[in-house]
Amino acid sequence: MKLHSEIKSHNYLPGKTMIVLTLVFSMIALTSSMKYKSDFHMSDTADGVKKDSIESVKAFMKVYEVLMSPRCMNCHPAGDAPLQGDDNHVHTMNVVRGPDGTGLYAAKCSNCHQPTNVPGLHTPPGNPKWQLPPANMKMVFQGKSPRQLALQIMNYNLNGHRNKAQLLEHSKDTLVKVAWNMGEGRTPPPMSYSAFVNVWNEWINKGGYAPKQ
Amino acid sequence: MISLNVNQKTYQVDVDPNMPLLWVIRDIIGLTGTKYGCGVAQCGACTVHLNGEAVRSCVTKVSRAEGQKIVTIEGLSANNDHPVQRAWQEIDVPQCGYCHSGQIMSAAVLLRENPNPTDQDIDEAMSGNICRCGTYLRIRKAIHIAAEMQKTKSNTGQTKNSVSPVKI
Ligand code: FES
Ligand code: FES
Repeated sequence: MKLHSEIKSHNYLPGKTMIVLTLVFSMIALTSSMKYKSDFHMSDTADGVKKDSIESVKAFMKVYEVLMSPRCMNCHPAGDAPLQGDDNHVHTMNVVRGPDGTGLYAAKCSNCHQPTNVPGLHTPPGNPKWQLPPANMKMVFQGKSPRQLALQIMNYNLNGHRNKAQLLEHSKDTLVKVAWNMGEGRTPPPMSYSAFVNVWNEWINKGGYAPKQ
Repeated sequence: MISLNVNQKTYQVDVDPNMPLLWVIRDIIGLTGTKYGCGVAQCGACTVHLNGEAVRSCVTKVSRAEGQKIVTIEGLSANNDHPVQRAWQEIDVPQCGYCHSGQIMSAAVLLRENPNPTDQDIDEAMSGNICRCGTYLRIRKAIHIAAEMQKTKSNTGQTKNSVSPVKI
């Protein structure tokens, strides 16, 4: 009886170990594939640019100043209404995001925002694709700390599903560029457009690191 | 020459492509139902439909409307019988009336996209249309009435055409 149970347990253990090991390995594999998906741009270096967490974070702090300027943040609000003005007040006319970010019903962005600026003070600034981020991917800037914002932009699942190349390309989007040409009475972001593109690229190419806070 | 389709009629107009659509509609074509309130997209008096969207014609350059489909208050319905127009008449919404061609054009888009709007939906659609006489409560009421009128119409249509599903 004793012998039987010993033999039994002897045979039984390796099988159990195998199952446990398989589980552990598949969990490691799954976790690392998830990590790769969200931290895609941390995993390589582009154009021979070396990763450098200090330089990368330094560049991001300049990027942050631009993204938190009214010209960028006003369309990345914490709520569902866009903001207006240098003081980030809630957009008049009670306009809202709508499911795809282009407004709702008779209050769609492009009903007032034309493909180009309208001359004069207090007239709607223009762009052919004027809109907020969509409701299922709000990409909020307002209220975010540098760390929170950097992590959000680096996260494929929170940044509009952009990989590293698409993030780099994004700085050339006309809806980003328009921040530097928003018509009369609107203060532009705190550095030139080309300076912004440089720090944006530097931040990402040097590793896309997030500041500590 | 710029070719415009307004209320299903084609017009050839010899104007600066930067001229606001509102100017062309009122001063060149002569359709004066659409009103000028502010000229800077703040009030909604100038609302017309451009390919079905309630655009502000005071800031829309005529070049944006070239070859597109424009509908003004004069062309919203054949006999002033769009449900929104009928509801407006039923409870006498206007006070001075100045804002109402814009209000009606905006409400028509709301009801097309949301046949059963709540008070909140109405606020979200209509807050950009300002009424200096403060007829907002009647506007809201009339939109609910128009929604009902629209439903009755489409229900009749459905009954006529519907086929009872066969259950196996
Ligand atoms: S006249 Fe166009 S919005 Fe006021
Ligand atoms: S009824 Fe007079 S402005 Fe609206």
